[in-house]
Amino acid sequence: MVVPRFWRERRHRYNLIGTKCPVCNTVYFPPRNVCPKCGRDSVGKMEEFALSGKGKIYSYTVVHQNVLGYKYQKPYIMAIVETSEGPKLTAQIVDVDPEEVYIGMPVRAVFRRISEDGKAGIIQYGYKFVPDWDALDK
Amino acid sequence: MVGIVTYGSYIPVYRIKSEEIARMWGDREDYPAKGLKILSKSVPAYDEDAATIAVEATRNALRRKHIPGEKIGAIFVGSESHPYAVKPTASLLAEVFGAYNAHAADLEFACKAGTAAMQIVYSMVKAGMIEYGLAVGTDTSQGQPGDALDYSASAGGTAYIIGDRDVIAEINHTVSFVTDTPDFWRREGQRYPSHGGRFTGEPAYFKHVMTAARMLMSKAGTEPKDYDYVVFHQPNGKFPLRVGKRLGFTKEQIEPGLLTPYIGNTYSGATPTGLSAVLDIAKPGDRILAVSFGSGAGSDAFDITVTDEIEKFNRDAAPTVRKMIEHARYVDYATYLKFRRMIVEVDE
Repeated sequence: MVVPRFWRERRHRYNLIGTKCPVCNTVYFPPRNVCPKCGRDSVGKMEEFALSGKGKIYSYTVVHQNVLGYKYQKPYIMAIVETSEGPKLTAQIVDVDPEEVYIGMPVRAVFRRISEDGKAGIIQYGYKFVPDWDALDK
Repeated sequence: MVGIVTYGSYIPVYRIKSEEIARMWGDREDYPAKGLKILSKSVPAYDEDAATIAVEATRNALRRKHIPGEKIGAIFVGSESHPYAVKPTASLLAEVFGAYNAHAADLEFACKAGTAAMQIVYSMVKAGMIEYGLAVGTDTSQGQPGDALDYSASAGGTAYIIGDRDVIAEINHTVSFVTDTPDFWRREGQRYPSHGGRFTGEPAYFKHVMTAARMLMSKAGTEPKDYDYVVFHQPNGKFPLRVGKRLGFTKEQIEPGLLTPYIGNTYSGATPTGLSAVLDIAKPGDRILAVSFGSGAGSDAFDITVTDEIEKFNRDAAPTVRKMIEHARYVDYATYLKFRRMIVEVDE
């Protein structure tokens, strides 16, 4: 990812900041400027909204053929996480073995290195998810 | 009253057992447990570094007590493993926590940069320059494979918000002692640090820790028996017990804040995390002595009194240090090398 694009998106990536439509209260992540449900009624009214970082695994896959830069993490788990506020987002699940993961597993967001532009380039940080052991213990 | 308003730690979930490192290098199986008193150490995952640890530790602190970013007037981050040689970890924290008006910088002083950050922030609050300040000690420290540091150099960190309102632990006094002592160093561009072996003991660790501790007790008018807990820098499991004994402290005062046997030496995170483990169990009125040590060399000492405010404080909103220690996943040496990016590939 080029540096300016990463810089533009950093707030959303660091703190899961999306938007909320004040008309129908739907939350979006990544942020949207217009609510697809409310159309022009939402124009100029969308509010920033920070997700809590809590959610559950909606679906997942275990990747053995890595993308560039993920060789040292394979096999790694990529999931669609359904956040407690509604939006579903794609993220890596870490600090857990693939055989322990299941659909519906409670997870929470953590701050991790996502990728790096070679050895000399920028390090891109953002969200990944780990099992929410506190929720699992209850 | 200036002191700790909230605190939080983060220890990566992965561990390597000392016996696995001994197996790899052909050391005597009982060497790490007996010689260093280290049973296991924390290992950062492949996608963790000093910055991610700092963010997680600060998030844990803010879970216990929320301080809005605009009220955080200073951010100082102590580490010897900042992810960038040039580009601050402190600015990343400012962005994550929305503290855009903070005085911010990174610090390095081997293992004492975290307590140096605490002293700076404490001074700024005391001077009335800022309302709250964030001080973090964080590291993913490096140890040359096969060296004694391979058993100890680990990862973790702790964040303190210091202020003068709703203080849970008052900082009564703080002093420092520093000399030019070459016991441990890493030159620019070098991957691993070098050290003076036994020279790291008497003229370095013991001299600085003992001098700072005595200076502090003389300033505070206290003696060892006045403290409920004492936290010393912990490069291994042995030194803190030995320095404590020489100063006149008991095992019971030292052990609650002694974490190295289970997680290794978290460098800039070590004394702050030991103190964090003590705050996890402290009661109003408890008095704590904390003395860090950074090679090169210096010590920062703190005389701290826990206040009644800790009873109202939401300690349970974030995991305790002990809980994070118990939540461990063990890896073998090869995985450790992979996570620590220590495998040199042919096409590099």
